[in-house]
Amino acid sequence: MLSVVGRYLIFLGKLFTRRETFKVYWNRFLDECLNVGTSSIFIVAIVAVFIGAVTCVQTRANLVSPLVPVYIVSNIVRDMTLLELSSTFMCVVLAGKVGSNIAGELGTMKITEQIDALEVMGINSASYLVLPKLLASIFTFPLLAIISGFLGILGGYLAGTLTGIITPEDYIYGIRYSFIPFNVFIAIIKAFVFGFLISTISAFKGYYTSGGALEVGQASTSAVTNSCIAVLIADYLLAELLT
Amino acid sequence: MIEIKHISKSFNDRKILDNVSGVFKKGQTSLVIGASGTGKSVLLKCMLDLVRPEHGATLYDGRDFYIGEEEEKKTIRREMGVLFQGGALFDSQTVHQNVQFPLDMLTEMPESEKRDRVEFCLQRVGLEGTGNRMPSEISGGMKKRVGIARAIVMNPKYLFCDEPNSGLDPLTSIKIDELIKEITEEYSTTTVIITHDMNSVLSIGDYIMFLYKGKKVWEGNSQTILDTNVPELEEFVFSNKALMKMRGEKR
Repeated sequence: MLSVVGRYLIFLGKLFTRRETFKVYWNRFLDECLNVGTSSIFIVAIVAVFIGAVTCVQTRANLVSPLVPVYIVSNIVRDMTLLELSSTFMCVVLAGKVGSNIAGELGTMKITEQIDALEVMGINSASYLVLPKLLASIFTFPLLAIISGFLGILGGYLAGTLTGIITPEDYIYGIRYSFIPFNVFIAIIKAFVFGFLISTISAFKGYYTSGGALEVGQASTSAVTNSCIAVLIADYLLAELLT
Repeated sequence: MIEIKHISKSFNDRKILDNVSGVFKKGQTSLVIGASGTGKSVLLKCMLDLVRPEHGATLYDGRDFYIGEEEEKKTIRREMGVLFQGGALFDSQTVHQNVQFPLDMLTEMPESEKRDRVEFCLQRVGLEGTGNRMPSEISGGMKKRVGIARAIVMNPKYLFCDEPNSGLDPLTSIKIDELIKEITEEYSTTTVIITHDMNSVLSIGDYIMFLYKGKKVWEGNSQTILDTNVPELEEFVFSNKALMKMRGEKR
């Protein structure tokens, strides 16, 4: 276990040594932003809207006491969405999509000698291939978290108002009631950290793949599993630190 | 000229290469042959420093590749062209982009000059007009040709080919061999080919090194190989009955 952590840290160090020119990274960064960020918007939107909607309906169903005002429903939807669902839950979903994609891509490149081809040319393959993915992830994940947060609250609004369990006025009042702007910042910090963990762990798993197609599949699975565990541990630590 | 000196490499206490030495001369096609699992590809990886041997040295025109300064290593790398077994083309790039890749990464050449150079190289390997196709849209033989075009695009001093004929039909294999031979003579490169294809051995082997269980047991050329008395090499070469017959007729 310790040797794996050591290799992971050495791998991270390798990303920042013998770098290529800024132009090379810039072009690849833009490509990766499309690959990691833009292509994930659809799944993030679907997940966020439905999670927001379910949270709203479930919360309302459990708030049976007449002493609790209805606007608390949207208040809970807001806080749950910002503090947990838009960052942690979304990143667990992205660990599946982006993590397996990164590990699969790098694993295939490894077993088909494409990474060797880069090394032979004198290019630091880890830095050239992984650094743009890392930068794209830590840039786009917070943006996706913001979109997810907004759509989650919107999903709750639609589910609540369309089914009549809460009025639009109560919902809006609830999401504005005792709002702490720092919670948005927490979601962004979490997404940033999770983006770092998912991209680097998945890249590490893919980059050190050896064997054939079977091992590439195993690397992808392992990348998703390890990324999810890392996200959950980091989530707990950040919750302790930031709240 | 490439000189390898006393290269030894083990994986998990299993000796893959044992004290292998040899000289690969400029303008010659040098072949490293042997049965599967004898360490040919590991030797190539050691020469390219993709795998670092426990002992030994690889000298490129007298420059030690393992202990040189980072800048010198970079210079040597830029003088290398490598054709990998499967071509190792980048899946996300077109044929043209694949060939242009080393120019983009390693030179400051103007775009028009790069384009001309890529077109020239593609033409040289007989693939003019295929620049816009993706690697997934071309055959195995064409992938090898694109790999060769990418390997020569930087005008390499040292050309390495890892099993250039694997997975190809006999006719395409002969064409690839001829192409490598022509390029070696035309650009006076030091060419090292890893193969176990006897057609290649006999047709383009200016210098041949035979590996057996990680050791060099014979060296010579395509003229002398059929006269060998080394039992391991005899077993390897004359497993082909046609060659056995050829030797019988010769004697």
